Amino acid sequence: MLAAILFTLGVIGLLVRRNIIFVLMSVEIMLNASGLAFIAAGARWAQADGQIMFLMILTMAAAEVAVGLALVLQVYHRFELLDSDRVSEMKG
Amino acid sequence: MVIAFYIAGAVAIVATVMTITRVNAVHALLYLIVSLLAAAVIFFLMGAPAIAALEIVIYAGAIMVLFLFTVMMMNLGQRSAQRERELLTPGIWIGPLILGAVLLAEFGYVLMRGPSRGEMNAAIPPKAVGIALYGQYVIAVELASFLMLAALIGAFHLGWRRPGSAQEGLHVGSDGARADARSDLVHAGSDRVTRAS
Repeated sequence: MLAAILFTLGVIGLLVRRNIIFVLMSVEIMLNASGLAFIAAGARWAQADGQIMFLMILTMAAAEVAVGLALVLQVYHRFELLDSDRVSEMKG
Repeated sequence: MVIAFYIAGAVAIVATVMTITRVNAVHALLYLIVSLLAAAVIFFLMGAPAIAALEIVIYAGAIMVLFLFTVMMMNLGQRSAQRERELLTPGIWIGPLILGAVLLAEFGYVLMRGPSRGEMNAAIPPKAVGIALYGQYVIAVELASFLMLAALIGAFHLGWRRPGSAQEGLHVGSDGARADARSDLVHAGSDRVTRAS
């Protein structure tokens, strides 16, 4: 339940905000919420698999943040702004 | 113990709401750190103390410091001193401080209550997690190492700029940075951007 609320908040943040930094933070919130769900399920059935899945999520979040922030820096040096609508250059 | 769980959950929800509604990125980062700490307290209550420690060390430590570096790197210039003075006004950090104090009080209460029966469920010891991790899920560990290597190379490649233009890169809109961007063979299509601007 709590994980669902946090995940929903992350989705709302992802959809509402237009700053790329905030979008990345919302992705972090969503990953954390899914990890919380895994931990809760693992504690409910007394299995260690939930914690292992959380470790995988942690690894994936670290990798994603490293690549994402490098992309954000490149975009900022290129466009001097962080608006994900105005940065869009892929027009047909 | 259930009341402690609900308090931590309320703190997490409030901090997350404050995170996605802030205008300033640094303020949002403060609330996000509080949210992650609340999640760590919840993990501790659920009987996963090792995961709670990892959450604090990696999420609230490493990843948030990475975010903070990026945000601070974008605020370079003459405005930074003024901004730093604004950041130290008490109206900004009093909210995360209150939420963090609630979490700290709750954590102390849980620790004082009892060392082993504090959790709501049966605690899964870190030893079992380690045995399962390196016995049953050893392929996943290898895949995680592959993923980290790919992320390392990708971040290094994306963050790479030519060594001669290290100083010019700080002045973001200058001609030096644009010339550097045009001659950078890796990022194809950047000449279109510079022509448009």
